[in-house]
Amino acid sequence: MFNSGKVQQNPDGKKNPSGFFDSYTETSLKYHPERCINCKRCTQVCPHAVFAEGKDHAEFVQPSSCMECGACALNCPVQAIEVQSGVGCAWAMIGAALRGKDMDTECSCGGEDGSCCGTPEEPSSCC
Amino acid sequence: MDKKENTESSCPCTPDSQTHSCSCLTDTSPLSEIRTTDSTITFANRLDHFLARGGWKRESHRVEPGLYRLGSPDPDSLVFASANYTLSFDALRSALSGIDAWILVLDTKGINVWCAAGKGTFGTEELVRRIECTGLSGIVRHRKIIVPQLGAPGISWPEVMRRAKFLVEYGPVRAKDLPDYLRTHKATRAMRQVEFPLKERLVLTPVEFVHTALPMVIIAVLLWFLAGPVAALATVTAVLAGTVLFPALLPYIPTQDFSTKGLILGLIVAFPFTYSFSINPILPVWANVAGAAAALLIIPAVVAYFALNFTGCTTFTSRTGVKKEIFRYIPLMALMAGTGVFIGITLGISRLIGVI
Repeated sequence: MFNSGKVQQNPDGKKNPSGFFDSYTETSLKYHPERCINCKRCTQVCPHAVFAEGKDHAEFVQPSSCMECGACALNCPVQAIEVQSGVGCAWAMIGAALRGKDMDTECSCGGEDGSCCGTPEEPSSCC
Repeated sequence: MDKKENTESSCPCTPDSQTHSCSCLTDTSPLSEIRTTDSTITFANRLDHFLARGGWKRESHRVEPGLYRLGSPDPDSLVFASANYTLSFDALRSALSGIDAWILVLDTKGINVWCAAGKGTFGTEELVRRIECTGLSGIVRHRKIIVPQLGAPGISWPEVMRRAKFLVEYGPVRAKDLPDYLRTHKATRAMRQVEFPLKERLVLTPVEFVHTALPMVIIAVLLWFLAGPVAALATVTAVLAGTVLFPALLPYIPTQDFSTKGLILGLIVAFPFTYSFSINPILPVWANVAGAAAALLIIPAVVAYFALNFTGCTTFTSRTGVKKEIFRYIPLMALMAGTGVFIGITLGISRLIGVI
């Protein structure tokens, strides 16, 4: 299905490929199938079924569903997965930008300041 | 379950201490005590859950971190990890009803598993430290700990294995699936996937609304005196549409972007106000048009801004995507709101100086 010698990023081209009013077609997730040892951990930790069990290595089935939580990369024992993990929270990013801080590193989610995140839902809410 | 921050009272491990050589393991310092819990959810628990969901004292819904006995576990009983947030801990212990097990509660500062994992407080560091502090390896014979799947963004299983010699097994996303999961220790696809159904979206709305209630009331009262009751009602409507109606209708509004969904919803709720302003018989035609334009510009911008901010509460938006949305739509929202407010102020001044 895929050329297993290459890095894979978003090969599924899910719905709405033009990206018209859809900012969520691309993510920072990258997968190197040739490094995969088929331990299946990524398929266990991904909450959006981005990876599926394959014969020799995990299959990259729906990468555009990735929310960049970082669980797969952190739990991959052979660094076959790369992702710039972070929380997709506009409140925190706008807040960081307004305070003159870096949008990418700053996360005030769930902090004392009562941000939109850290909402008391378990497990539905993020951040 | 009112256990305030008094962690490490019997354990000298602190977040600052060297995690590699936990001082709990020295012969003089006692290991942290083992507490007992059960699977019953009492009225007090339910009240606490209700207050937690309403955003009441957000940081105070905590349980004491450490090791808990559920039922009468023995050295072969399973070990489950949880967060010290009452909703997380209570979901786990009630799901394990009738099962004798150990529960290892990590100190996540009263934040749920997934959010804490994202921040790293439900993480490798804390898990390894808590295993050492509680002397878990001397309490159970096996070396396996079942961690909720949503803890994975904070946990590196190879790292836990290397440092604490415990094998992390990722259980299902939802604690309520644990009884099924434990029959085979294999999760179905559904158990591994996060969804965001109406009930879960609605349960978030009180916190969203409570955050904005005070500024909303102030603005509504001001507008009542400056521009009349319809303008005050428009303020309340815009906030309710953004914080309650938007989460409820999320999957049914066209387009993928939250901002465009919010603009669409905002245009719909702005319509009656636009109409009402445009037919005010006591004002000249240009003022009617201006009033209608102000409503049509401000309300959708406000609703779209709330909509965009709801991304942090959802279970699927990526940082890359949200960032793209911010750069794409915030300038438009600012332009719309700015123009609308400018028109509103112009109308107000015209009224004050007697032009209309």
